[in-house]
Amino acid sequence: MPVLDPAAWTCPAPLRDQPRVVMGHGGGGALSAELVQHVFAPAFGGSVLAQMGDAAALSLGGVRMAFSTDSFVVRPLFFPGGSIGDLAVNGTVNDLAMSGARAAYLSCGFILEEGVEMETVARVAEALGAAARTAGVEIATGDTKVVESGHGDGIYINTAGIGLIPAGVDLRPQRVVPGDVVMVSGAIGVHGVAVMSVREGLEFGVEIESDCAALGGLVDAMLAVTPDLHVLRDPTRGGLAASLNEIAAASGTGVVIREREVPVPPAVANACAVLGLDPLYVANEGKLVAFVPRGHADAVLDAMRAHPLGAGSTVIGEVVADHPGMVVARTGLGGTRVVDMPIGEQLPRIC
Amino acid sequence: MKYIDEFQDPDLARRLLDDIHSTVTRPWALMEVCGGQTHTIIRHGIDQLLPEQVELIHGPGCPVCVTPLEVIDKALEIASRPGVIFCSFGDMLRVPGTGRDLFQVRGAGGDVRVVYSPLDALRIAQQNPDREVVFFGIGFETTAPPNAMTVYQARRLGIRNFSLLVSHVRVPPAIEAIMQSPNCRVQGFLAAGHVCSVMGVEEYPELAERFRVPIVVTGFEPLDILEGVRRTVAQLERGEHTVDNAYPRAVRPEGNAAARAMLEDVFEVTDRAWRGIGVIPDSGWRLSAKYRDHDAEHRFSVEGIQTREPAECRSGEVLQGLLKPHECEAFGTLCTPRTPLGATMVSSEGACAAYYLYRRLELTPAPREASPVV
Repeated sequence: MPVLDPAAWTCPAPLRDQPRVVMGHGGGGALSAELVQHVFAPAFGGSVLAQMGDAAALSLGGVRMAFSTDSFVVRPLFFPGGSIGDLAVNGTVNDLAMSGARAAYLSCGFILEEGVEMETVARVAEALGAAARTAGVEIATGDTKVVESGHGDGIYINTAGIGLIPAGVDLRPQRVVPGDVVMVSGAIGVHGVAVMSVREGLEFGVEIESDCAALGGLVDAMLAVTPDLHVLRDPTRGGLAASLNEIAAASGTGVVIREREVPVPPAVANACAVLGLDPLYVANEGKLVAFVPRGHADAVLDAMRAHPLGAGSTVIGEVVADHPGMVVARTGLGGTRVVDMPIGEQLPRIC
Repeated sequence: MKYIDEFQDPDLARRLLDDIHSTVTRPWALMEVCGGQTHTIIRHGIDQLLPEQVELIHGPGCPVCVTPLEVIDKALEIASRPGVIFCSFGDMLRVPGTGRDLFQVRGAGGDVRVVYSPLDALRIAQQNPDREVVFFGIGFETTAPPNAMTVYQARRLGIRNFSLLVSHVRVPPAIEAIMQSPNCRVQGFLAAGHVCSVMGVEEYPELAERFRVPIVVTGFEPLDILEGVRRTVAQLERGEHTVDNAYPRAVRPEGNAAARAMLEDVFEVTDRAWRGIGVIPDSGWRLSAKYRDHDAEHRFSVEGIQTREPAECRSGEVLQGLLKPHECEAFGTLCTPRTPLGATMVSSEGACAAYYLYRRLELTPAPREASPVV
């Protein structure tokens, strides 16, 4: 039997039309999900992997910990508000934070392309180290590989991290119930537009800086109010829409958001309007979305707003029993629409 | 670029809606010509808020949707060739040709690049003198002038390794074809504002008079659409059929003279096939003889293309306003944005995609497309 037998897949939208990898398989949407579901998960097996969270919750020697890894291939290496070094720290720190854990140690693997300037490597390393100090995490181990010129994009970085999950904290989509309040920690779409503005040479009138930040402190502040948060996500690839859809699908509940309540800065809205993109699908790097029991919502929101990284926190919607697995937006004009899982990457439209 | 909130103001929208509700006395069928307008209508739920008597029929104005399968297949064939850098706007990459799309060509080793302007493609040609750079020139009167400009610049700068795969289309002949269709129900048009910002409105009075149909030039924000509907319905209720410009902030009656001059220099009018509809006389542009050297079809002599449209796809009827997307049997089952049968489901401006993405809740108990993932 062949290793890959697409014809045997029963998923209504299998990869059988995708004999080769396309960019969308890394876009954090439906194509990514299919790749994991049909190729990686069956090959790897294991009950921990089946959690499918941003980080795996482990129990080792009676200690509950979170473990996560992420790879960073951003282009350009430096962008307004950050660099690949900041992302490499904050991305993994945030994945751990979304399980309630405060990151303690990171590993750091560099894949360098032959010919990249040493000064560039040093700048990235310095940015990475500074981001780690800001996040309160220590780089404990690392690795370096060099690939031939033309086989990389300058610098790729992989980080993995571990941290302890405090007692009483259990963040899982399965804990989401109708009535939960959905909130975000601030403006969305900023990182994606910031990177696009420099990568594609697009200028939008105002410089947009990435929101890249480590969210461990913000999560600590929220957990200090109550350990009974139901789920947290940092809406990176696929944006807010992908995170909400993942949670709706995994929890079997419906999510309703009020479109006008979703904080989209004018510069991001304008850039998205020009390119035909929906801000709900644009990546963020320093924001989280929280599903909070209604009884704790006000206190949690106050705590978020009191933290520098949560000053723009706001309620955007709630969880309902209707339309399980789906996300619906109430539009500004009073209509409704489905907010779907992105398929691959968003594509700028023709006109 | 500060006009977005102003044109989505709920209070102003309410007033326009109240006006439309109080004006309408009987059923009217209006067609919004442009796919961008369709998406605004569906995304903001405007059709849910209009009186039941006002039906919006979705027109053929999605450049991605109407690009013939044969041209897509030619693009795939050219993009697959060694030595070619194939440049395109992003939304063409996922449009299925016969059996594959441009993403898959890229996955198989083709050099397919997304650009944000045809001038980016020209720059790539300058930077890669030993490669053939082809730009996929599709679209309506909006995208045609910059594409024409690019060819003009290539000629002026002596950039010989640059060519255009052209499939440009013109709106007025399409309106004429729709009105001449025996099954046509359209009683008024919301004309595409960005098309008129280039071409002006002088092509429309003759159409409005001949078919006794009001044509209101309309923008793309929610309030633009509502104002267009309001003015069209008002004309219909009064028994009028004139051309009215409800988008004066972007459209001058004479259009953009420089853009029109560029079009006239580089392109010539030709019959053009529209995907799902068929050939409409004089409805397209091709490169004029003077610029034939920069015509990718001429340069690459792509012959013997065998196209195969899925039999279940009824996008042609959708594009002509004869069928609503969800009335197609394949909608949401055989045909989804992930497994599109036709371009109307895959294009970001396609009517089927708009219904699937935004309206699935009401229309079908559609299956989820994928399981959750990290």
